Amino acid sequence: MKFTTTLLATSALIGAGTFAFADAHGNMANEMTLVSWGGAYQASQDKAYLQPYLENNPGVTGVWDESSNEAVAKLRAMNEAGNITWDLVDVVAADAIRLCDEGLAMEIDADEMLADAPDGTPASEDFGDLLVSDCFIPQIVYSTTFGYRTDMVGDTPPTKICDVFDLEAYPGKRALEKRPINNMEWALLCDGVAKDEVYDVLATPEGQEKALAKLDTIKDNVIWWSAGADTPQLLADGEVVMGSTYNGRLFSVIEEQKQPVAMLWDAQVFDLDGWIIPAGLPADRLARVKDFVKFATDTQRLADQSQYISYGPARLSSAPMVGKHADLGIDMAPHMPTDPKNATNTFLYNYEFWADYRDDIDAKFQAWLAQ
Amino acid sequence: MVALTPISRKPVGFYVPTAAAAGAFAGLFVGTSQGSGLLGIIIGAVIAGVLAFVLTQLIKNEPIARWGTVIGFAIVGLLLGGIPALVLGAIFGWFFGWFSFWLYEGRYRAKVAPYLTPGQVLWHFTFRVICGAILIFLITPILVVMPLSFNAENFFTFTPKMLSFDPDGYSLKHYRDFFTSSAWQGAVWNSVKIAPAATLLSVSFGTLAAIGLSQQHVPFRRAIMAILISPMIVPLIISAAGMYFFYSRVGLQGTYLGVVLAHAALGIPFVIITVTATLVGFDRSLTRAAANMGANPVTTFFRVQMPLILPGVISGGLFAFITSFDEVVVVLFVGSAGQKTLPWQMFIGLREQISPTILAVATILVGISICLLTVVELLRRRSERLRGMSPG
Repeated sequence: MKFTTTLLATSALIGAGTFAFADAHGNMANEMTLVSWGGAYQASQDKAYLQPYLENNPGVTGVWDESSNEAVAKLRAMNEAGNITWDLVDVVAADAIRLCDEGLAMEIDADEMLADAPDGTPASEDFGDLLVSDCFIPQIVYSTTFGYRTDMVGDTPPTKICDVFDLEAYPGKRALEKRPINNMEWALLCDGVAKDEVYDVLATPEGQEKALAKLDTIKDNVIWWSAGADTPQLLADGEVVMGSTYNGRLFSVIEEQKQPVAMLWDAQVFDLDGWIIPAGLPADRLARVKDFVKFATDTQRLADQSQYISYGPARLSSAPMVGKHADLGIDMAPHMPTDPKNATNTFLYNYEFWADYRDDIDAKFQAWLAQ
Repeated sequence: MVALTPISRKPVGFYVPTAAAAGAFAGLFVGTSQGSGLLGIIIGAVIAGVLAFVLTQLIKNEPIARWGTVIGFAIVGLLLGGIPALVLGAIFGWFFGWFSFWLYEGRYRAKVAPYLTPGQVLWHFTFRVICGAILIFLITPILVVMPLSFNAENFFTFTPKMLSFDPDGYSLKHYRDFFTSSAWQGAVWNSVKIAPAATLLSVSFGTLAAIGLSQQHVPFRRAIMAILISPMIVPLIISAAGMYFFYSRVGLQGTYLGVVLAHAALGIPFVIITVTATLVGFDRSLTRAAANMGANPVTTFFRVQMPLILPGVISGGLFAFITSFDEVVVVLFVGSAGQKTLPWQMFIGLREQISPTILAVATILVGISICLLTVVELLRRRSERLRGMSPG
């Protein structure tokens, strides 16, 4: 009996001691699991954020997990199993909003957790409107847009989004993403709907029918893609004459792989990508992640990332610092989706609309696909 | 093989249409790839029919006729489509030259039984052609991967340079990428660490379970057997989800031990089934004889029973190894990024970035598999020879 009491008391003391130590010294875990998308994008994050951080903090290790595609489902499962194994997760803004609503992502205070701009502008102003959710820490602005084979379009390359729907001028297959988002907007635009009315029209069943009817005109000539790497492969193969994908993938096809492909920036759709911190991390891991995020989203780091991939940094203060490509030595600014020349006609992904209508339109779109 | 049937020359009315039919078949593929299957069939039939007639009736000298066809077709190919077409042309020329004389001289009859009717002879060869076509259908996806893995570009595409056999179109960079990338090398090491450990556990537990369950006096044998085999029957995704939640609670999720245990559970059914099958032919009086001569049960097992059921144990172990080495669903759930195995890495690579590095890895794995199977087969033959009989 006495022995048991002593044992209990000792363990309680040790436990309390450890806790106190962790709190008082801001003890940080030495391992981080970062979740991202793989490929060139993750490589750019590794070079611009993680490697410099590990250099400044010897003894810390970071592991990448390429699971962003199923991040929402996995975070739900982790939450149910009570075992959060990820420390920082890269998701698109729409997923961040969902995770935040479900309480799976931690709410953040931008001014407290993120570094100020070099001129002292607080983070919340520097990121501005891009802080679309209380849990979301934006990194980049990317766009979904079209690329086309320069050798397959004749003497008059496509310049307008509606050329995608013009089978007479540009015969051949097109690659479109296997989901309604973006495709429905483009279809309505090319069916004569004014740009500022697109979402009003799309909210009505007739509008949705209209969009699908427009897509129907090219349905037989569409190859549907689901991974960002599909369209570059199809373009390189010459299997499609034009296809939509993320602009960074197209940059890589054109400038790094030197394929005969060019950009069609018209009606590109802007979207955001950034970090969320999973809710419910233990104190030591949370401290480490906070330290990393503060470093990885400062003005310099966001600008550094644009040396490796053509996505626009999410901070206003990073924009003037966008320089040259790290290997190719070409200016990156003209390849950014936000460059004024490229952004003459743009769309911003409408989060609220798609949050409300996604399930409904998804079902209709899938049924139409199966017809 | 000796000739079974005396052969004689065949009439023009037989072999020219037959050669034309073969030509039409080849023309179907060439024509379809060029846009018109029907045109291909007609042109193929005409060329092959005329060729057969000219070779056998006008030229007559077989070596000259056949070499002439090979060279002629190769030159036509070169003029039409460069070096790749030259190779194709030479192959076509060789085949149709050979085929014409094979039919004309009646050689096809030589090695089949003399009493077969023409219909049976036709079926004899049709059957072989079908078998060959199935083999090609099965093996082409693997063969296509190999040249593509030497692509100098970062896409799964046969570039014009590759097709014209330009050395610039080929490179070893995807192999270099595989051997220098820490992600791929880490994945290889994880697989190499996990698969043997899981195999060892599966073989030990599976063999013991099979021996135990083959004893008549064990109660509920069938029920226990069904439970042990269930990982093979239950959809993998369900096992994986169940393991994920269970392992998370007991703290095994995301650990090396957790992945090994999960893979062992998947491998055990294979070992149980193969060992149970060999135990059926095992003579129990041998164990009694061993006991009679003073051996204890452990000695009996290792000296008497084990050598006899070894083939079952080894093939079960091979299955368990391959299950673990190939497995991607369970490890995605039970593992964490630190236990990324080779199939996991390939899965990521295919989904996020279509890079020929995967093809290089696939080629290396195919090479390793061929070596392993060859070694196993050689060992098996050797042991058969040593014993002077087949095992089991």
